[in-house]
This record gives sequence, structure tokens and C-alpha cells, in this order.
Amino acid sequence: MGRITLNNVGKSFGAVEVIPPLDLTIEDGEFVVFVGPSGCGKSTLLRLIAGLEDVSGGQIRIDGADATGLPPARRGLAMVFQSYALYPHMSVRKNIAFPLRMAGMDKAEQDRRVAEAARVLNLTDYLDRRPGQLSGGQRQRVAIGRAIVREPAAFLFDEPLSNLDAALRVGMRLEISELHERLKTTMVYVTHDQVEAMTMADKIVVLNAGRIEQVGSPLDLYRRPRNVFVAGFIGSPRMNLITGPEAARHGAHTIGIRPEHIRVSDDETCIWKGEVGVSEHLGSDTYFHIHMAGRDEPLTVRAGGDVDLYHGDTICLKPDEAHIHRFDEKGHRIE
Amino acid sequence: MARATAPARKALTTAIAGTLAFVMFFPILWIVVLSFKSEVDAIRAPLQVLSSGWTLDSYGAVQERSDYFKHFWNSVIISLGSTFLGLLVAIPAAWAMAFVPGKQTRNVLMWMLSTKMLPPVGVLVPIYLLFINFGLLDTRIGLVVVLMLINLPIIIWMLYTYFREIPGEILEAARMDGASLREEVLYVLTPMALPGIASTILLNVILAWNEAFWTLNLTASRAAPLTAFIASYSSPEGLFYAKLSAASVMAIAPILIMGWFSQKQLVRGLTFGAVK
Repeated sequence: MGRITLNNVGKSFGAVEVIPPLDLTIEDGEFVVFVGPSGCGKSTLLRLIAGLEDVSGGQIRIDGADATGLPPARRGLAMVFQSYALYPHMSVRKNIAFPLRMAGMDKAEQDRRVAEAARVLNLTDYLDRRPGQLSGGQRQRVAIGRAIVREPAAFLFDEPLSNLDAALRVGMRLEISELHERLKTTMVYVTHDQVEAMTMADKIVVLNAGRIEQVGSPLDLYRRPRNVFVAGFIGSPRMNLITGPEAARHGAHTIGIRPEHIRVSDDETCIWKGEVGVSEHLGSDTYFHIHMAGRDEPLTVRAGGDVDLYHGDTICLKPDEAHIHRFDEKGHRIE
Repeated sequence: MARATAPARKALTTAIAGTLAFVMFFPILWIVVLSFKSEVDAIRAPLQVLSSGWTLDSYGAVQERSDYFKHFWNSVIISLGSTFLGLLVAIPAAWAMAFVPGKQTRNVLMWMLSTKMLPPVGVLVPIYLLFINFGLLDTRIGLVVVLMLINLPIIIWMLYTYFREIPGEILEAARMDGASLREEVLYVLTPMALPGIASTILLNVILAWNEAFWTLNLTASRAAPLTAFIASYSSPEGLFYAKLSAASVMAIAPILIMGWFSQKQLVRGLTFGAVK
């Protein structure tokens, strides 16, 4: 079991309120991702759950029991750190066995669990090496191994992939997702990378300045962002946000439209007209950055790979009216 | 582009460095030379000293007159004892300052270091009186405690510098893994800081071994270490250059040999943090 509930949990460092009191429920078996820009408090929130930081107020319950005052080890949670945080003077085997040794488990059971974790994570051949002799991906697998042997109520991941190179990151992302499929254990995952959030999460928690902006499934957030912040943060490339007369025409203060919901049309009946700035040809897709009169920021448009338009060309655009998101002056979504 | 160094320039700097090293080493070399001379030869002009005959008489005389090994063991016990007692206090202190720093941590560090700026003679009388009251005069335990206190700021400061290089996340990982504070320090922090702890031990053993002010003032005979052994040869009875030199060589030889074999560790300890 691994149901985590935060009631009114807040954190201040001295006079600075990093996380205003918030409520959140993480269901058993869920893969929850905390996402937000740097300094939004997502790591702090994770550390509060882990017990590495003390809450300034509120209550943390794990499987119904009050865990607010418990030391980290007694919360039944395991954590994987950004820097892997392996013990450099111990072999991989000893690293993975460390939590079991601390729990006073008998040697035979330790060996069995370590062997099992190593098998699952493809580390069997590396058990006698030191962390310094492993690649980044292998180190991260050791860190995960050290977490799974404990059979915790929930896993906490603090930006575990941000030290890996891009190719490895995609691979590890899949591995962690597969691990979740297999173990069905609650996972709480912190990242600033919204692609990781979108691809891995059952539920995303978008944080900004310590506040929860929206909680929902990835597609929920993508299709119905509750406010301008979420609209701009979720999705890559970013949603185009437009204010001014064009927004007023739609009865809103701000309108948002995703790059894939703008069509490039070659007829003269264009709704928006602009000039092609930078174009990024990815083969399958092309992203055009369009400069339009009266707008400082270029408009991003996603087109097919076979659209041949280049820097300086004039372009005709048709937004898909059904996919225009409308927001009021406070940035809240208008239904 | 790397700075080009002309061979001539390189030769010159090497020569200067060599000369300086020789000048610094010369007193020790001269002591070694004198220790193998007779008292009569030892006070002659330098060139005559070198051309005179070699003898082991001084060493024999020194060993006969005073018990070298008693002093040697006193030195070993006092320097090792004070260092290990110091570590017991310093490891938790440095842990606290490195990993749970507060607003006053830097001030506390500075304050501790500032105690090293006080001339020891300024506290000689109070410490002497305390020693009398507690019956510690001329005891090894008394010296162990005093030298530990004298060197403690340096031990703490050095360990603090080492500990700060250890990522806090690793200790947090240990905490998540269920390690108690004692286990965290014992199984994770100490092994990781071992090179640093080793340098700290070396430096402090050397400092304690060579410490002369307190050892001379607080001992008479029973607990007297090698510093007192040397001092006993610059006596009012007259000047015995050869015997004084022999005693000095016998006193510094152990620490010199130890220093020689642990050079790498020592240099690393002294420059730690500068180049990481």
C-alpha cells in the first residue's frame, strides 16, 4: 500500500514561505509527477514527504497513519536522488544491500533480494564494481536497485534523469515506466521536464511558486489547462498565448492555441498573416516561428514535414477555432 | 596557449628552488653531521668539523645518560592519544558544522580558530594551577588532554573542510535507507572522508610530537616526551653540541620517517580544497 495524503502542508524557511499550505492526495499505485519551473518548490515538497525536511505546518499521512513527525527511514518510502547519491566506497552489491543491512535483515534474505533487484535492473555483472566504475545510466539503476530492495510503500524520485544525456534519458524513462507497470507501487516523481511528466505520469501536479496550479491526467492538462500558467507550461513547443484585439474578438483577455492547431493554408482567405522567421525542419514535422504585425513574440506553428516555406516567405494561417483556449484577466480558464 | 618556458629559465628556477630547499634543510643536516662528531670537534670551525673523524660516542653517551625509550614512548602516547581524543570530539563537531550549518557556524569556526591566536604563555598560569589541583602535573593523561585542546581547532577546521566536499545527498540517502546518526557517521561519512581524516591524523601527530611549550612546562620526568629529552642537553652544565645534536636526531627521526612515507597524504591534506 502507498496512499499519501497532504493536509494543509506548508513550508517556510525563516520568513520566506516556500510552499503555502496545500492539500494533495496520492492514491495507492499511482505514478504522480510534480512538474514546474526551477524554484517552484517541487523538490521541497518531495523532501517534505520523504521527511528530509520538517513541515512548517499541516499533516502528512501515509496509508492513513500520521507520518508528519516520523524520521525518513520509518516512513517506508525510498528515494532516488538526482546525483544518484551512491556510496562511493561500497561495491554495487553493498550499495543495494545497505538499506537491508540497516534494517538488520539476515544475510541470506539480503543476498536473495539483491540478486533479484540486480536481475531486474541488468546489474548482475556489475555487482562487485564500485559506483565510480559505472556509467551514468548504470549508476542510476543502482540507485533504483537500492530503492526497490526495500519494497517501499512508495518511491520518491527527485529529478533522477537530469544528469543523463538525452538518449539515455529516453531509455531510462521507459525503464522507470516499465518498473511501475511491474511493481504497481506508488511513485512520486519530480521533474522540470514536461515531456517526462507527460509521458510517465498517471497524474500530473503542476506547481508554480509553491502553489498547485492544477492536478490532472496528462491529457486533461493538455486539453483543458485551468489557467494561463498551465497552458504555457504543458506542451512542447509551448502554446501560443495571444492578448489584445484578437483575444477580445473571442471574448477573452488571453487566448491560447497550440502549434498543432494552426493550419498553414495557401489560399488568400487567411485569418492570420505573417512572415516566416526561423523554421525548424525535423523531417516528420516542421516548426515555423512566424512574425506577425503587432506581436513581439513569434507565433509557433506545427506543419507537416513536406511544407516548403523558408525564411522571409509570407504565410497564411488558419487557427482551429474549436481548439482555442480562452482565459480571463486573472488568467483563469473561461469555459 | 601554454606559457613557453625557455630551458635556461627553467634551469635557473630549478637552481633557485634547490638552493632554498638546501638552506631550509641545512640546520637539520648540520645537526646530523654534528651528532657524529666528538664534543671537541663539534665546536670547531665548519670546515674543520667536516674534516674531523666520525664517531658514535655521542649517541652512546646520550642513551647512557637518559632513557631514550621512556621519552619516545611518552611522545608516542601523548601525540597519538591527543590526536585520537581530538578526533572523537572533532568528527561530530565538524559533521554538525558541515551538514547542519546555522547562522553562527562561520562565527563559531572563526572563534575556535581565534583561540590559536592567543599566546599560550597567556594561559600558562591558570592551566598550571589547574594541573596542580587535579594532580595532573607530569602525567601523560594531563598532556594528552592539553595537547588535544590546543590542536582541536585545527582538527575541527580540517575535518570541516573535508566534510564539506562530501555531497549532502549521500548522507540523506543513508538516512532514507534507515541509517541512524551513528551508523551514518560510521558507515558512510567516515569511510568517505578517510583520506581527509588520515591527513588530519598525520598533521596532528606531527604537531603534538613537536609541541614544546606545554610539554616542557607541565612535565618533569615521568611524563616527559622527547622535547624534554632534547632540552635536557642544553643544560647549565655547559654546552654539549654533539650530544645535543645526537639527542635531537633521535627525537626527530621517528616523525621524519613517518612524514617521509606519508608525504603524499600530507601534501594532499594541506592543499585540500585548493585544487579539489
